[in-house]
Amino acid sequence: MTNQAIASTHSPTELRGLAATLQHIRHVLGENWVTAGAFALFVLIVLCALIGPFLVPYSPLASDTAAALKPPSAAHWFGTDQLGRDIFSRVVVATRLDLIIAVTSVAGVFVIGGLAGTAAGFFGGWTDRIISRIADTIMAFPLFVLAMGIVAALGNTVTNIVLATMIVNFPLYARVARTEANVLGKTGFVQAARLTGNSSWRILLTQIVPNLMPIMVVQMSLTMGYAILNAAGLSFIGLGVRPPTPEWGIMVAEGASFIVSGEWWIALFPGLSLMLAVFCFNLLGDGLRDIVDPRLRT
Amino acid sequence: MFRGLIRRLVTIIPSLIGVVVVSFVLTRVLPGDTAAYFAGPAATPQAIEQVRKQLGLDRSLPVQFVDYVTSLSQGDLGNSLTTGQKVSKEIIARLPASAELTLSGLIVAMLIAIPLGVAAAVRQGSLIDHACRVLTTAGVSLPVFFTGLVLVYVFYFRLGWSPAPLGRLDVFFSAPPTITGFYLIDSLIDGDWETFRATLSQLLLPAATLALFSLAPIARMTRASMLAVLSSDFIRTARASGLRGHTVLVTYGLRNALVPVITTLGMVFSFLLGANVLVEKVFAWPGIGSFAVEALIASDYAPVQGFVLTMAVLYISLNLVIDLLYGVIDPRVRVDG
Repeated sequence: MTNQAIASTHSPTELRGLAATLQHIRHVLGENWVTAGAFALFVLIVLCALIGPFLVPYSPLASDTAAALKPPSAAHWFGTDQLGRDIFSRVVVATRLDLIIAVTSVAGVFVIGGLAGTAAGFFGGWTDRIISRIADTIMAFPLFVLAMGIVAALGNTVTNIVLATMIVNFPLYARVARTEANVLGKTGFVQAARLTGNSSWRILLTQIVPNLMPIMVVQMSLTMGYAILNAAGLSFIGLGVRPPTPEWGIMVAEGASFIVSGEWWIALFPGLSLMLAVFCFNLLGDGLRDIVDPRLRT
Repeated sequence: MFRGLIRRLVTIIPSLIGVVVVSFVLTRVLPGDTAAYFAGPAATPQAIEQVRKQLGLDRSLPVQFVDYVTSLSQGDLGNSLTTGQKVSKEIIARLPASAELTLSGLIVAMLIAIPLGVAAAVRQGSLIDHACRVLTTAGVSLPVFFTGLVLVYVFYFRLGWSPAPLGRLDVFFSAPPTITGFYLIDSLIDGDWETFRATLSQLLLPAATLALFSLAPIARMTRASMLAVLSSDFIRTARASGLRGHTVLVTYGLRNALVPVITTLGMVFSFLLGANVLVEKVFAWPGIGSFAVEALIASDYAPVQGFVLTMAVLYISLNLVIDLLYGVIDPRVRVDG
């Protein structure tokens, strides 16, 4: 199935196409139980983020020094940390913050990187040269290191973690969009749109951008896991999120000093959640790619 | 070959300029008082003014940029507030520790990932292929600091096989005389087997952590490119001509399949240099990553900036080496220069 065919299904007038896509998605999910499982996990993570804070048995910040450093038990499923806080509650509550950081940064770079790349590929010339040069310069740094430098320079806040994640992901989006827009710009239907007197901007917004959507959405789900890892890594080294706030990266960092004395549960559960979330997004990304563009399958 | 090298060296100049401009922008042009950054959080207004004068921040931006580039070209990265040492000196002293760790991680990863990818491609759909797929998907999903902690728990606390995760060498050993700065090599040159063994046991876990993290993309690319090569005509011809299976696979198959794998190495290095920071923190490794992290916590900006710049230059040079490797593996690339 080509990109255009899928893109056209987004138009409400072609309900038949939409039905076909849904059927295709159901087919892929049915055939591929791994993707289906990842999808179920994804729903669970989103539920945790939405209603988790209302369901947890303890306050994520309430300390109880009498019950400090207790291994998992019926009362505390994931045990308690050095201040007697319930780790299960903290892990569940942390989902929201981790997901917000990942989603806002990825959504932001999706729009900015996607538009910049599209403009570069479609207009070419100086637009292309400037945007490609920016992307190349960012890529000249090891990405996590650049993110560290950005957060250090801009100030140690969660907003800046989001911003840094957006900047280091920019080339990944801009490059994909650029290549695709360049190819699309030479296709027959774009030539036809131009011949009928549409302006460049109109062609860009009505012909190019909608057809870029599928591949960009795949790119988004493939980099979502990396965005989560990047943010968690930054908070692990003490950037962004401040200590009492429940967040997976910082919770692993807090538990790290207890690993050598055998209190494994403090670091294990936030670490496992982080791993599962990233695993889930990577599997979903692969599955989504198979749905949208089976040719890219490796 | 020589002209190709020169031509390739010229192409890294724009990247270097970009990196220097970005690191300048990161400190000077961003909102906030740069002098206050460099003076540290506890500085008095007078101290901040003094730093402003010292760094030439009271002059115009273009002049500042020229100053910045001039001091960079003299290898001056400023002074660390917490240690008072020159940043460049500290980074050079700590670089071998990081390099030893990163390179060991990469070598271990390649030793596992390339055979694994080849095996998965040769026996497509077999158990080993599935194992390869699980490993590659899990490998990119694992937070590297978390894997490190799990390894520490299992191999240090539970099994007691490895030493405490505290640096490059146990306190009972003294570092071998510095020749390359790599303890493994230095202790071998010194003929000191005890130190070599101690270094190796200290290095094993952090290197394995990095390897687990970086073997996924390598194995995945090896498998994909090996599959593509094995289905091509010249492999069929080689088989039909009665060459031994091993010759077909290694000499004809692997050598051709390696070019895209080398390309992925560039990306792997980007991840590896970042992951290095996290692993150094977990294992209290005295490299440049933990140096930067300590400085970050203390809001000591000069070391962080020096670290980012060093990493970027290292990364650019590694990419250069990778490009030169193409020529070694695939002579056709050499002709194109």
